[in-house]
Amino acid sequence: MLSESVRFFSEVSIIDFLTDKQWTPLFAEKHFGILPLVAGTLLTTAVAIAVALPIGLTIAVYLNEYSPGRFRQTIKPLLEILASIPTVVYGFFALTVVTPFLQKLIPSLAGFNALSAGIVMGIMIIPMISSLSEDAISAVPRSLREAAYGMGSTRLQTAFGVMVPAASSGIVVSVILAISRAVGETMIVAIAAGQQPRLTLDPTVPIETITTYIVQVSLGDVPHGSLEYRTIFAAGITLFVFTFALNNLSFWIKKKYQEKYD
Amino acid sequence: MSKKNYKLEAKDLNAYYGSFHALKNINIAMEEKAVTAFIGPSGCGKSTFLRTLNRMNDYIEGFRVEGDILLDGRDIYAKDVRVDELRKEVGMVFQKPNPFPKTIFENVVYGLKIQGLKDKRVLAETAEKSLRQTALWDEVKDKLDKSALALSGGQQQRLCIARALAISPSVILMDEPTSALDPISTAKIEELIFKLKNDYTIVIVTHNMQQAGRVSDYTAFFYMGELVEFAKTRTMFTSPKHERTQNYITGRFG
Repeated sequence: MLSESVRFFSEVSIIDFLTDKQWTPLFAEKHFGILPLVAGTLLTTAVAIAVALPIGLTIAVYLNEYSPGRFRQTIKPLLEILASIPTVVYGFFALTVVTPFLQKLIPSLAGFNALSAGIVMGIMIIPMISSLSEDAISAVPRSLREAAYGMGSTRLQTAFGVMVPAASSGIVVSVILAISRAVGETMIVAIAAGQQPRLTLDPTVPIETITTYIVQVSLGDVPHGSLEYRTIFAAGITLFVFTFALNNLSFWIKKKYQEKYD
Repeated sequence: MSKKNYKLEAKDLNAYYGSFHALKNINIAMEEKAVTAFIGPSGCGKSTFLRTLNRMNDYIEGFRVEGDILLDGRDIYAKDVRVDELRKEVGMVFQKPNPFPKTIFENVVYGLKIQGLKDKRVLAETAEKSLRQTALWDEVKDKLDKSALALSGGQQQRLCIARALAISPSVILMDEPTSALDPISTAKIEELIFKLKNDYTIVIVTHNMQQAGRVSDYTAFFYMGELVEFAKTRTMFTSPKHERTQNYITGRFG
């Protein structure tokens, strides 16, 4: 991957790659700006996290503070099934169920869009956030919960005022892992988000992410060894840098805050 | 016997963990603004009883209580009692110091903040007052915005007491508050208990017989879930009625 990317960057300057606002390597007039793909990736990821974080965290808190023990033991594996559904199924769900439904609410919504892909991706990563956050919250020492209750906190105050902050490092790590999962997600966006690289933050129009571009080129009839072919390695390296940075960040956060709450 | 001012009373109290009968027919009446100590060997039910007094056992699955516990004559297990309100009246200090992972100041005012108090001046005044009450003010006044976890164990425990005092309860329950502390910190806490009983009703569980002797006005001896003997501390330590009490306080078992 590295050698192919090096060859790519010997033909396209890295400055163009990072600043050009268009990505049209397959057109007659070629532009190699990665920004539209990055924007598409960030947009779908942001929508996914906006869906998954509140729901996932609420589930984690509910399981920990409210639900009886036996219920928790059955619901957790059930939730994890959500994560094991093939993503192609999610993609179809986004395209054929979520988009038509959203179009009733937002008439201007395009048939392919970042919004429904992002929402469905969010549903997919809910178990990741809820499960890891639940582990983090239940790892908070019982004495802290007792302290909160002993001070006359209600369950809600205990959960969000004491337990969630005390488990925040674990929760942040779960979110970062969920983000890297969303950044790397391919099938849902390939099916439901359209494949039009576009530098926009509007979730109602078709976009393209880094991953779907790689799929698009790999499936098409781009000649092996051409410059167009090498673009996918450049895109791949960008993706790799993203997830690598995120994973490092989560590792660093975990290490830095892990023992803080003894 | 004349009608006294009892702060806390238990009447025919039975408690169970699942099928385990943890407390058997406890009848006790604790006086206002006095220190009552619970002593007894491990597993005798003294901590369980302490924790029923502010319903801390509610969250343990399978735990249930029969009989009444009266606070100022009102049954705290009645349906219309709100647990969070009850605990504002009956504060608690735990065995291991458990400050929140927040700043010292945030710890002291936590109870006020969750009650919705926002006035900065009131918060600061209450914090200072509570910290002075626990003789912690001079030690921490310059680092109120530092993490409470940076304090020593003894300081943390006094902070936990200050935190409990800040919401002005009338009863303070202490569950072996000094068992994790060194002798000097222990002495400070005992001194504090002695001072606090002018304003608060204090119930303390302790494994340390000398401590019970030093700080308490009344002592209750528990054994196997039963309240064996309850009397003025001096009476109990000089002339216990039951042989078992005698054996325990003289160190023959336990």
